[in-house]
Amino acid sequence: MLYISIVFLPGLAALTAGVFSRILGHGFVMFITSLSVSISSILSFYVFLKLIFSHKIINENITILEWINSGDLSFSWSIMVDTLTIVMFVVVTSVSALVHWYSFGYMKKDPHKARFFTYLSLFTFAMLMLVSSDNFVQLFFGWEGVGLCSYLLIGFWFKKPSANAAAIKAFIVNRVGDFGFALGIMAIFLFFNSVTYENVFNQAVNFEGKKFLFLSMNLDILTVITMLLFIGAMGKSAQFLLHTWLPDAMEGPTPVSALIHAATMVTAGVFMVVRCSPLFEYAPFTLNFITLTGAITAFFAASVAIVQNDIKRVIAYSTCSQLGYMFIAVGLSAYSAAIFHLFTHAFFKALLFLASGSVIHAVSDEQDMRKMGGLYTLLPITYLMVWIGSLALAGIPIFSGFFSKDLIIEIAYAGSSSISNFAFWMALFAAFLTAFYSWRLIFMTFHGKTRIEKSVMSHVHEAPFSMSIPMILLAMGAIFSGILCVGVMTGHHNSEFWGNSLFVLAGRDLIEAAHDLHFSLKILPVIISILGILLAWYFYIYKINIPKIIANANQPLYLFLLNKWYFDEMYNYLIVNPSRWLGYFLWKKGDETVIDGIGPDGFSAMINGISKKIALLQSGLLYHYAFVMLAGVVLFVSWFLLV
Amino acid sequence: MVFIGVDMTSWPILSIITFLPLVGAAFILFIRGDEKTVARNAKYLALWTTIITFILSLILWLRFDKSTAEFQFVEKTSWLSENISYHMGIDGISLLFIILSTFLMPICILASWVSIKSRVKEYMIAFLVIETAMIGVFSALDFLVFYIFFEGGLIPMFLIIGIWGGSNRIYATFKFFLYTLIGSLLMLVAVIVMYFQAGTTDIPSLMAFNFDFTLQKWLWIAFFASFAVKIPMWPVHTWLPDAHVEAPTAGSVILAAVLLKMGAYGFLRFSIPMLPNATEYFTPLVFVLSVIAIIYASFVALRQVDMKKLVAYSSIAHMGFVTLGIFTFTQQGIEGGLFQMISHGLISGALFLCVGVIYDRMHTRLIDNYGGLVNRMPKYAFLFLLFTLANVGLPGTSGFIGEFLVLVGIFKINIWVAVFATTGVVLSAAYALSLYRRVIFGDLIKLELKEILDLNKREVLILLPLAIAIITFGIYPEPLLSVMHSSVENLIYQNSLALDLTINQNFAGNR
Repeated sequence: MLYISIVFLPGLAALTAGVFSRILGHGFVMFITSLSVSISSILSFYVFLKLIFSHKIINENITILEWINSGDLSFSWSIMVDTLTIVMFVVVTSVSALVHWYSFGYMKKDPHKARFFTYLSLFTFAMLMLVSSDNFVQLFFGWEGVGLCSYLLIGFWFKKPSANAAAIKAFIVNRVGDFGFALGIMAIFLFFNSVTYENVFNQAVNFEGKKFLFLSMNLDILTVITMLLFIGAMGKSAQFLLHTWLPDAMEGPTPVSALIHAATMVTAGVFMVVRCSPLFEYAPFTLNFITLTGAITAFFAASVAIVQNDIKRVIAYSTCSQLGYMFIAVGLSAYSAAIFHLFTHAFFKALLFLASGSVIHAVSDEQDMRKMGGLYTLLPITYLMVWIGSLALAGIPIFSGFFSKDLIIEIAYAGSSSISNFAFWMALFAAFLTAFYSWRLIFMTFHGKTRIEKSVMSHVHEAPFSMSIPMILLAMGAIFSGILCVGVMTGHHNSEFWGNSLFVLAGRDLIEAAHDLHFSLKILPVIISILGILLAWYFYIYKINIPKIIANANQPLYLFLLNKWYFDEMYNYLIVNPSRWLGYFLWKKGDETVIDGIGPDGFSAMINGISKKIALLQSGLLYHYAFVMLAGVVLFVSWFLLV
Repeated sequence: MVFIGVDMTSWPILSIITFLPLVGAAFILFIRGDEKTVARNAKYLALWTTIITFILSLILWLRFDKSTAEFQFVEKTSWLSENISYHMGIDGISLLFIILSTFLMPICILASWVSIKSRVKEYMIAFLVIETAMIGVFSALDFLVFYIFFEGGLIPMFLIIGIWGGSNRIYATFKFFLYTLIGSLLMLVAVIVMYFQAGTTDIPSLMAFNFDFTLQKWLWIAFFASFAVKIPMWPVHTWLPDAHVEAPTAGSVILAAVLLKMGAYGFLRFSIPMLPNATEYFTPLVFVLSVIAIIYASFVALRQVDMKKLVAYSSIAHMGFVTLGIFTFTQQGIEGGLFQMISHGLISGALFLCVGVIYDRMHTRLIDNYGGLVNRMPKYAFLFLLFTLANVGLPGTSGFIGEFLVLVGIFKINIWVAVFATTGVVLSAAYALSLYRRVIFGDLIKLELKEILDLNKREVLILLPLAIAIITFGIYPEPLLSVMHSSVENLIYQNSLALDLTINQNFAGNR
């Protein structure tokens, strides 16, 4: 009942809010949704603490309702709870609850508040269904459900064309990932004859190294399945090649960015791969591919973040980059480290977003950092929050990122393959860039001479309590979630905590090796980050004209980064425009010219033509008819005479 | 079996449900008075007839025995000769189509309540005749009876498009007629050939009859010509967009929701059980055409400027999934195909109704004439969103179940086909969401839209049952799926039996 309440409270709230919003009014909707999610959050924390202190592994599976039953395919709506689920419960419900309360202040003047809160709760419900599923199809339900809510919330301000475009882009790019995911589920059913985790994972070992014939190629079954699933994860977690939707998603209100596009939905891909660790472990090729993708993403996104001017886009690329870190860990079988980073990242990234929201709110909805500056005296609490979030993100000791991000870098170092080596260097370089863009953000926004217009400046105000208190609570998480949980989640006895929710093949576990690394290596990422901070200080406080000089001197590189490696342009050129052309071509040429031309129109034209010719025979002239008659008689007679 | 104190087993319930609308039509015929009175009485009479028919059809669902694949509620009286009889009965394949038809009819009548202004009496008669024909098609167990209903239903449809249609209605009707005529003639020839071969037009007897393989192929092609046009499959689909565009709203609903399904039903009832070897022989052809339909129609839908055309092309793509599923001969594929048909009936019907709602207000179907409707029509925006998402196949809606089962089924048989078909999932999101965005989202700038009104009570009453059904069966499809199990199992079993038999015969022959 406890678990059912955690999952269904937000769902019920969303339903009530959706159906009765007109009768009950804005205030009630906001209150009921926020309250339900908060209760859900408290219950999640209760379960989480119970799990930590009781040292008893929780493993429950509650069936709610039969869903699909067709031949040998059968599965139900159900709630499966284990350690991994509980950790996700805590992340999802706590960030969601805080974002709900924060939105009281942030969305105060919006006429569509009720709709906003309904979507938020619906999202929370879908996300909880996603993490508590016991089969691949319910996972897919949650997966699409969060995608839908993301679509609705990105396009929340429906009058803005750019928001609508971003919403559709997010949905369609995700669908490209889902294309792989769906095929993966089909392949799982084909080979395992089931789609429930338990049946599939138990059989996984039997399929190790088994091949099947496709296109006269011998393909490894598990590699194909896991690659398909990972394509889904790439879409949802905005990994390299399928990342283009995430920066655009910043068109949505900032609380949405914090909840969906930083803390929860985008981590669903990481969660999914970790959940399927019993499959991925037997597919070393896929794991290498994941590490590679993660490493490239971590570096690519960080490189773009250093030149962006929109405060939210910087943080969005930062999220993309941090998701890359998580995938580096996943690919190296360090699932616990990946989830640990997911856990800490949720707090500090949500904090950064909410703080940036507070800035945007203060400067009358301006997001361009070139039009900010000098805000730290006016927004002291927000300023402090950005510092805490950035310190955590940069991995400065005692802050949470220090424990989780640096662990991933160490794991990459401890790995022995060339892939892990590549990942290590990429991650290290990205760590440098991370610190650089974080402090670039701080300096451009809060320091220096203000570039804000006078009319705006007079309105600048610190966040109200409804916004600052959720931020302070998140800051607690950003500071303490690392140091408090590092031992439990990634310590020497972490397998006792995770139980059988994670699966690592013997000999692939790198966490122990990472723990045993030399001190100099452990401190290396911290030093790198501090260098990044110093460089940012040098560029944006000490010698503020240097960035311009460098940008001018390296114009092509600068534009390349500023335009996000030209991915949008490339996709438009390669996919979007040809599709539109193809649609037009098939319609006008295929349907109208060829099919109709030969088919009905051609047929009727032919009949018309023939009948016209026949009509010509009926000239009405007597000698024509007489001639035809005569010719007929001659023909008949000759026929009878000759045959 | 006793129902409200009356012994129901002796009632010819199928015939009653089938011909009740025709009786209603006959009554409407005799309505006299001034134009207004006639119109009002005709509407109410039609509405009540269809509602009662729907309620009666629910009895079929309740009393249906799911455990058997035998035909149920059977009625048989000799008719033209000993071997051509009036034979009716339903199984798990046909039952749900009857329910779908009777469920949609009251909705259609209500949808035409104010939009049809001229010749109301004749319009209602046409619809009731169509209802009889639809129910008849799905419950006929004699080929000749089937053929009469199958063709009989087309005549009122031609009239509905030709008389109450849009500006280019004659061209559309003509195209529709031309396509279906050629198919129908070939099917008639096939029926006659079968009669001379087997000596009967009784469907269960024909299912048990073994036709020669070469003959099977010819018969199959003749059937295919008729059914493929109905579905419609690529490349004989071009009548559908035109017919939809010109048809009045309710006509589009019936066309998309039920008439298209008759083609796929024909495959399940005739081609597959009667001509198993030819079906196996032609399966690759069906796969190729279906995949082309899915991808081709989706791309074309992407560029449509007319809302109804867009929905029509989306119908073609979704019916591609149906034909794929049916020809997999897997439990999931066929059940998925059947489910997809019911679900598509609800969803496409709802989408056409949605288009109708704004067409009634603005008298234009062009997407560019709209934009920002959510500002004035929040209720409409919500329901339209729900139907759009169901069309996209979002899990939790009925649209997902059908597509998912079909894809699972096809993946077992042919991975390539599955991969191509799955691209439809991406494309459907693209065209459906961009339609929604262009019509609903954005700022409301166009002057003529400033005064547009949200859904009235009648329109909510039309759309809400569809929305509820789509969500309910998306979350809990069991009531529909459980009806199909036995019949589909039996179909697959009989099919494999027939194929095994041929293999053994060939083996014996070679020896």
